[in-house]
Amino acid sequence: MKSILVRTGLAFALCLAALPLQAQEAEVIQDLQRQLKAMQKALEEQQHAHQEQMRAMQAQLDTLMKSVASPPALPSPGSPSPTDVASVTSTASVTAPANPSGAAGAGPTTSLPGFKSWRPTDPIRISRGNASLDLGLTGTFTAGGSTASDVEELNPGGHDPNARGFTVQGVEINLAGAVDPYFQGSANLNFALSPDGESFMEVEEAWLESVSLPANLQLRAGQIWSDFGRHNSTHIHGWNFVDQPLAVSRLLGPDGMRNPGARLSWLAPTPWFTELSFTVQNSGGVATSFRGSNHNHGEGEEEGVPFGFRHAENDRGVKGFEDMLINPRLAMSYDLTDTQTLLFGGSAAFGPNNSGEGGETDTQIYGVDLTWKWQPLDHNRGFPFVTLQSEFLARKYEAGGFDWDEDANGGDGDGNLFVDEGILTDPLTGLPAVLTPETLSDYGIYSQVLYGFRPGWVAGLRFDYLFGQRAGYETRGLGLADNAGGIDPVGIDLERGNRFRVSPNLTWYPTEFSKVRLQYNYDDRDKIGIDHSLWLQMEMSLGSHSAHRF
Amino acid sequence: MSYFKKTLLLLGLACAHSAQAGLNIVATLPDCAAIAREISGDLAEVKCLAQGTEDPHFVTPRPSYSRVLNRADLLIVGGADLEIGWLPPLASGARNRDILPGGKGRFSASDGIRLIGVPTGPIDRSQGDIHAAGNPHFLLDPLRGKAVAQNLARALSRIDPKNAERYKANLEAFTSRLDAKLVEWHKIMTPHKGTAIVTYHSNFDYFAERYGLKVVGQLEPKPGLPPTPGHVRKLIPNAKAAGTRIVAIGSFRSRRMADFLAKGTGAKILSLPVMPTDTKPTDGYIGWIDHLVGEFDRALK
Repeated sequence: MKSILVRTGLAFALCLAALPLQAQEAEVIQDLQRQLKAMQKALEEQQHAHQEQMRAMQAQLDTLMKSVASPPALPSPGSPSPTDVASVTSTASVTAPANPSGAAGAGPTTSLPGFKSWRPTDPIRISRGNASLDLGLTGTFTAGGSTASDVEELNPGGHDPNARGFTVQGVEINLAGAVDPYFQGSANLNFALSPDGESFMEVEEAWLESVSLPANLQLRAGQIWSDFGRHNSTHIHGWNFVDQPLAVSRLLGPDGMRNPGARLSWLAPTPWFTELSFTVQNSGGVATSFRGSNHNHGEGEEEGVPFGFRHAENDRGVKGFEDMLINPRLAMSYDLTDTQTLLFGGSAAFGPNNSGEGGETDTQIYGVDLTWKWQPLDHNRGFPFVTLQSEFLARKYEAGGFDWDEDANGGDGDGNLFVDEGILTDPLTGLPAVLTPETLSDYGIYSQVLYGFRPGWVAGLRFDYLFGQRAGYETRGLGLADNAGGIDPVGIDLERGNRFRVSPNLTWYPTEFSKVRLQYNYDDRDKIGIDHSLWLQMEMSLGSHSAHRF
Repeated sequence: MSYFKKTLLLLGLACAHSAQAGLNIVATLPDCAAIAREISGDLAEVKCLAQGTEDPHFVTPRPSYSRVLNRADLLIVGGADLEIGWLPPLASGARNRDILPGGKGRFSASDGIRLIGVPTGPIDRSQGDIHAAGNPHFLLDPLRGKAVAQNLARALSRIDPKNAERYKANLEAFTSRLDAKLVEWHKIMTPHKGTAIVTYHSNFDYFAERYGLKVVGQLEPKPGLPPTPGHVRKLIPNAKAAGTRIVAIGSFRSRRMADFLAKGTGAKILSLPVMPTDTKPTDGYIGWIDHLVGEFDRALK
């Protein structure tokens, strides 16, 4: 650094010297020459000091290396010759030139620069100084077709294949890293395309998490998935099927249940794994069973009647804790044998919903889940394995009272004799329907089995079943007015209709960073009938690839 | 007695139980655990996450491992990011900051060990699962095993200074046994120097380097990719010309392609444990290397 300054000074001095030269002032020239010589001398002295320093450092390094190399082993009696033994038993040849943390004890495991370089399975780390960030991107694309023309209704998940032809299910950027000694952070930003080709971006997850809370506690805060069951908090990249289980799409929400909030979780000191978590979140957002709006990924207004045949007009605002979404979960895991693992969980979610026109309507969702995995001790790349996973969800949704005669004019808003078109009408009175408060009960279950039968190949089979108790509003024969005195009966609420689906699939993982998946869906929907779909999914993972959880 | 009091008593017992033993050492892999048992003796309880002959890259992240890591005073990892595919979420869910990277309770066996097979040119994932840090299967070289034992003894003395002398004594007992064996193994393997072998994966490179065996090819076409008939067919003439006598494969690998190569070259297949076990004949670190040396010697006699 100093020498650069000196050189710059030298150059500057030479430039200055050019002016007096023109003036032919000999004295000045001599003066300058003297200065130059002095500068040269200073430079040489500096270089000399530098070399001395280097020599001293080299000597220090040599002594360090000598102390690091192990003392020669004692010759054991009866061995051929002492020199032989020393050559066979000395570890000096196998240790790295400078010993990083190994010899320094279990200190910080930072390595010498250049010693541990990057390898392809490592995170892509962007770093400058002590700030670093792991960067990864996964892209999930599907092509296929279905006998159903309403693929968006057929596949209710927010990132399911949503059209005949091609679907970009998600292009997800993950950024993660240590924030400071107290927190780690992670963000998942998901880009996708609606069937109209409209790009949209979602903040799927973005949170910071404590690493050093006492008493086995951990805090996570930000935009987070609710801790509900097994599938809800899985990114598209971790899905075992092309689409999301129907129970999750219908009862938790098309995008799963996630909202801004915070979670405190506790690892209990039991002889087996027990984790208790308590999450508090906003009840709006994409939590469609609560106060979330129907999240439909850039689509226009949905046709037909709204969920529960009531508009969600009961926005009570947030006045207190009871207006938040509360989500406790208990998870326990036992290792049945060396090769079998069992995980059992119970989850619940409580919070207000927006149904109807007034009053305090709430939703309760309960779920139990069971996961069992078998993997032999001599597996190759994690294969073979068998995984069974089931979740059962139940929802109690209090639907508020609702009067379709919103203007109190008998539904006749335009001077016409009849009820306006599109107004839900009671066939007994011929007037806009008046719905009384009632509780809607819905259930969903899925069971899936995955069999990794040879390295890289997994066969899967999943059963989905949705069912509910028919509510009063569905059995009254209500219909939509056609503006000519006629009523077009609606029948059951299609958003609550019974539904059955079977999905066999086959996945090939060429490496951990890509997959190709073929899946067939047999769908049977109440009042709609049977549909067949076939999807081919491909996925790539670039850069950092974070490890999967159990 | 009220239920409340009973619960308190149970919780108290649970706490007392977790506090009774000495150090809690957790190793990710059996080879590190075997060395840790030698050095810690009865001063610590050593638990191992991966079991038996599991593929160390693809261990199932059982939730119970978080519980084990929660109580760990020292976590021993193989290092060179061998466990990156399964350990990080377990470690961060364990609520034990000491065992996180950079924590005072984390020991990486590869630190300070000179690794072989470090690629020199530019690499990317199209070349397979290449280890830029070098080959991570270094504990198959008993001298490197000795160096790891020495480093580990220092690490243990640092986190448990009052027992430093005992760790030193345990280390000396282990290394003197190992030294005697090193001389014996050297004697046994010297006649086999220069023998050509083919391996499935780069598992046995360190062992081959130590005892002068020549690895002339691998069944995997690229690191981490499964062997293909096309690749093995091309390998056969080269392997035959080199005079290959052994095809060494990890015991968890499929034998199909090894059989194919063995038939084409007349070599013998050796299916070998890539990790020590708790059951004979590969009991403990020394027992394991002893077993490997014995198997090679028998096959080459």
